[in-house]
Amino acid sequence: MARKQSTRRTLGISLLAWVIGLILFFPIFWTAVAAFKSESDAYTLPQNFLTTPWTLENFGIVQERSDYVRYVFNTSVIVILSTLFGLLLAIPAAWSMAFAPSPVSSSKISGWAWLGIIFGCAALCFGVLYAYDWKPNNAALGIVLLLIFVLPASLWAWSRNTKDTLLWMLSTKMMPPAGALIPIYLIFNRNGLVFKDWGWANWSDYNIMDSFWGMVPLMTMLNLPILIWMLFTYFKEIPVGILEAARMDGASLWNELAHVLTPMALPGIASTCLLNLILSWNEAFWTLNLTNKFAAPLSFFISEYSSPEGQFWAKLSAASIMAIAPILIIGWFSQKQLVRGLTFGAVK
Amino acid sequence: MGKIVLKSVRKAFGEVAVIPKIDLTIDNGDFVVFVGPSGCGKSTLLRLIAGLEDTTSGTIEIDGMDATDLPPAKRGLAMVFQSYALYPHMSVRKNIAFPLKMAGMDPAQAAQKVDAAAKVLNLGAYLDRRPGQLSGGQRQRVAIGRAIVREPKAFLFDEPLSNLDAALRVSMRQEITELHHTLKTTMIYVTHDQVEAMTMADKIVVLNAGNIEQVGSPLELYNHPANTFVAGFIGSPKMNLIEGAEATKLGATTIGVRPEHLNVVSAGGWAGVVVLSEHLGSDTYLKVETDVVGTITVRAGGEVTFKHGDTVQLAPQAGKVHRFGADGRVFP
Repeated sequence: MARKQSTRRTLGISLLAWVIGLILFFPIFWTAVAAFKSESDAYTLPQNFLTTPWTLENFGIVQERSDYVRYVFNTSVIVILSTLFGLLLAIPAAWSMAFAPSPVSSSKISGWAWLGIIFGCAALCFGVLYAYDWKPNNAALGIVLLLIFVLPASLWAWSRNTKDTLLWMLSTKMMPPAGALIPIYLIFNRNGLVFKDWGWANWSDYNIMDSFWGMVPLMTMLNLPILIWMLFTYFKEIPVGILEAARMDGASLWNELAHVLTPMALPGIASTCLLNLILSWNEAFWTLNLTNKFAAPLSFFISEYSSPEGQFWAKLSAASIMAIAPILIIGWFSQKQLVRGLTFGAVK
Repeated sequence: MGKIVLKSVRKAFGEVAVIPKIDLTIDNGDFVVFVGPSGCGKSTLLRLIAGLEDTTSGTIEIDGMDATDLPPAKRGLAMVFQSYALYPHMSVRKNIAFPLKMAGMDPAQAAQKVDAAAKVLNLGAYLDRRPGQLSGGQRQRVAIGRAIVREPKAFLFDEPLSNLDAALRVSMRQEITELHHTLKTTMIYVTHDQVEAMTMADKIVVLNAGNIEQVGSPLELYNHPANTFVAGFIGSPKMNLIEGAEATKLGATTIGVRPEHLNVVSAGGWAGVVVLSEHLGSDTYLKVETDVVGTITVRAGGEVTFKHGDTVQLAPQAGKVHRFGADGRVFP
């Protein structure tokens, strides 16, 4: 029997929902209103937005002082390219994990053995190096680390079963990004360092700081775990029997992917794509730290109006509204798809 | 066309040998049923033939050609799945035409074939619907349609009727049997339902723990079970398997008597008390607790009026007692 709810109860819950909704919406509302006020009106306390005059001057000033279109272009390049590259990597990854998972048995033991050997070798190498009083420079150290840690570690991850790999991917999202800022900053800023010390080629002038060459791969890698996770959950929903049926019907791998899997997973791919667009559009931590002009996206555009010389609330608000408008519009038109994507798996 | 030979086929998942070693020949045009309890490896065996699983060792020949390492698409077999496995984003027409499209057939010719198949399976009115808009029976027909259009060397059925309700199952069973009479193509059918096996098969393969217990026609298995497993598995209700003094008297470790081969007699039989009496109208199943041979099941006529607590005497019909040795095998 369906639960019956009294009118009073329904009313109470609706009221509560509205109150919570309004509280959550308030900052955006405030921003939206402040953007249309003069700087002094926005700043004056107590605020009286109702009686003060409306104005569009902030938008004009913001556009005049910083090239909005350029920032939109930068953001679009980073967002679109990183989503494309992300999908290119994530679809095959999620596909193989969903439909050809590595078996749980045996690989577990061999995986741990691998890890043991890796660390054993690493310790031995360093022991030998220091015993011969060898002072490695940065370049040599970097190459050695790459060879003895990264390469076997990726092989190790490859030998693991699917569940472990998925968890490992998620774990990269557990680390606070600030923890990785310094190494990544150094890679961006002084990537020539390794080669310079070796004297093979002097690339130290070519750094990838504040360039798409740096930002696009970074953003791709940043969202890749989430992309793979989401696609994996989608693909998991596709019964493997249907793929087997396609195989029995004479479909080659390409036909199986093109005619059966992709059409069935299309809603999932679309909403994953959309989520990735939104996440990378709004990303601020890395973009604020690693760009300042040539590849600076909209988050940097907003931050320009929060400066040590003072807070320009009205202009800050205007910039924020301009920055979120495009993604808000995209999100609004695809909200059905997005909600479906975010709740997929939980609710069938 | 359509002869399938398995030679020393072995399948192991890690340490576990699901199928230790199987040799089997399926002749062209046969309707062969793999039957056995769940987990006996019958579906795995079918998937090995289909190519959806790789053999650990041994060879599979289809039409005299070694197909062991061929991918499923290259084996020329068609399969009907328990879950139907229809393509949800395609109409019935496109579903049935899919294998033809994959084979690169001319669309006009393919459309003709689809129409012909739809006619055979009474699907004409549903061709433009999606699988989601069909009932279970209709979906199963679409799955069969998809299998027949490409004129395969053999059909593989993996418990195709187990998702249907009882009445539909009986009619689909008959449809598949008729289809076999019309097409005369080899069919391999996996089921755990021994009634399906008995009614449909030319040849039944009884599997237990990955081993073939017996291969034979339905009546051969019913009349001459090779061992106690087959004796207990084929026939409904199950054969009474009796151990102890009565078996020793006949020089066997175990004797088997089918419920329908037991007569209720006035004197001189195994005396017992009726503990359960099930009236089905045409038959009455009695569960009788005896002192000599334990609890046994009897199939009596529909008019029998025994109730719970009645005392009866039971005697097996002459020549209908199966004798099994200590290893479970039948004495010749």
